[in-house]
Amino acid sequence: MEPSPQAKRAVPRLWGELVDWVDNRFPATETWNYHLAKYYAPKNHNFWYLMGWLAMVILANQLITGIWLTMSYVPSGEGAFASVEYIMRDVEFGWLLRYLHSTGASAFFAIVYLHMFRGLMYGSYRKPRELLWLIGMAIYLVLMAEGFFGYLLPWGNMSYWGAQVIVSLFGAIPYIGPGLMEWIRGDFLMSEITLNRFFALHVIALPLVLVALVFVHLVALHHVGSTAPDGADIKKHKDATGKPLDGIPFWPYTVTHDVHATVVFLFLFCAVVFFAPEMGGYFLEKPNFEMANPLKTPEHIAPVWYYTPFYAMLRAATYPLFGVPAKFWGLVVMVGAIAIPALLPWLDRSPVASIRSKGLASKWMLGVFVASFLILGYLGITPPSPLATAISQICTVLYFAYFVLMPWYTRVERTKPPPDRVTMR
Amino acid sequence: MEPMKPNLEDQPSLQRGLQLYANYCLGCHSLRFQRYERTADDLGIPHEVAVDEVIFTGQKIGELMTAAMDPESAKAWFGAPPPDLTMVSRVRGPEWIYNYLKTFYVDESRPFGVNNKVFENVGMPHALIDLQGVQRDACPPGAADCRQLAVDAGSGLLTAEQYDQAVYDLANFLHYVGEPTRLARKRLGPYVLGFLVFLGIFTYLLNREFWKDVH
Repeated sequence: MEPSPQAKRAVPRLWGELVDWVDNRFPATETWNYHLAKYYAPKNHNFWYLMGWLAMVILANQLITGIWLTMSYVPSGEGAFASVEYIMRDVEFGWLLRYLHSTGASAFFAIVYLHMFRGLMYGSYRKPRELLWLIGMAIYLVLMAEGFFGYLLPWGNMSYWGAQVIVSLFGAIPYIGPGLMEWIRGDFLMSEITLNRFFALHVIALPLVLVALVFVHLVALHHVGSTAPDGADIKKHKDATGKPLDGIPFWPYTVTHDVHATVVFLFLFCAVVFFAPEMGGYFLEKPNFEMANPLKTPEHIAPVWYYTPFYAMLRAATYPLFGVPAKFWGLVVMVGAIAIPALLPWLDRSPVASIRSKGLASKWMLGVFVASFLILGYLGITPPSPLATAISQICTVLYFAYFVLMPWYTRVERTKPPPDRVTMR
Repeated sequence: MEPMKPNLEDQPSLQRGLQLYANYCLGCHSLRFQRYERTADDLGIPHEVAVDEVIFTGQKIGELMTAAMDPESAKAWFGAPPPDLTMVSRVRGPEWIYNYLKTFYVDESRPFGVNNKVFENVGMPHALIDLQGVQRDACPPGAADCRQLAVDAGSGLLTAEQYDQAVYDLANFLHYVGEPTRLARKRLGPYVLGFLVFLGIFTYLLNREFWKDVH
């Protein structure tokens, strides 16, 4: 039977009343419009602009699988390793939860590195997006800490010794080092006490900070808007109603892009989860299938791949200076390398934002930077040798040169003017 | 090392591996993260058979496969308690286990009278010596990195081929124990990927439909 015309009108009317009721008490429609339906992104967003969304997909994956892993994980020296194997064997689909989480950690970093590379390429850090960039850097730092704390939790032998190596770096700081090290560990050596505090930080403190920072990152982004890959400003040309002519509303246009990208990403991600969760020992390191043993140092201690560029820079410092051991200077170099991208908004003196408009010098320097980062990543995985150390020293210099020389090479090179309207490519 | 390709689809091999493990290894080397019941179910062994043939400790079938040996005495006898082997295949690989078990040889200078070509100066007796027989170093004196070994004829219960098969089964079984869900994982994978391809067709079409008028 056909519904009567009155009944047909009743549903939209009821819905409208409900929305009004909510809107009088909470800015639901306003928020929807501001962040989605009337938030405009450049029409010509490409592959690189999918990474931010994908990072959020993985964040959700890490949070959800993390909650379920915590239900069966036991944070104690005796129980931690056994509970991970309990999850792998006795918990229904526990192996899937664990592999989603461990693969997710690697995927998170891969995506975040691509996301940051987009920023470097298209000048996403430039005015007025300096704060957006700094918030992003804070997210990156918290993510590194989150990964580091999480890596101790399986209480495998590489967890133990990897954490030991990183914590002992703080011991190289003059005067306060040894005390600081003890304060971080809460003990005279890596122990259950360390495991417990790392667990607390990994499952409560840092996820809270991470989610809060991601929220602020989005608020800042939606205030200033996205860059376009060619450096065009979509706010310049608007139609009579004030809609950017070169922009497209996030809902539904960016969303349909992102949804399809999510499926493609999940295909690759699940291929790893189901067929190569150890990724040949790079995502899950072999010595970590052995329980933590303070008396048995693994032959070759290497952090997981996403930290290795910085680990290689740490090892590249081999000269003691001013009576302070080389290890301390390694720490300084490593911290400097992680932190220096935060200065980019003020180092880039180019009149243009995108690499497409910048000159040859910028293109070369970006290429050299990426190459040195990848080479350092490789060298950080392999055992040290005199040749490897020499190469990492060169690459460390090149890595820093990209930043330190930027005020000079971005000013002297010849640039092209950015297009007035977006180019669809 | 000699190549060894594990095959988790070969249930008879895994069953024989379990039987050997229970008879020759489990007395000292626990599998303390793995349960008898799960092993029996995965390997297609009825529970009653498992209780009779595999559990020699009076444990219940739902319990973990812990070793009978007291760790304190073990430490006194061997210098260190024999390690748990649940994860040995994930640390060293099944190929290593296969080669390790094949390369024990007589060496009177060692406390248990045997040494090993893969794990030099290992503190373990040759547990399978009655199966393999007495194996000796057959290298010419002074040869560097030589792996030539020869078994005294008739000293073992098994022929060379039978022993290779037995050791293969054992390594295959330990490969299974290292990650008992491996097979389930690899079986589920294609369905998940297939679903994503199917879903991807529609998300692609949806995206194309929305963007066709955007220039």
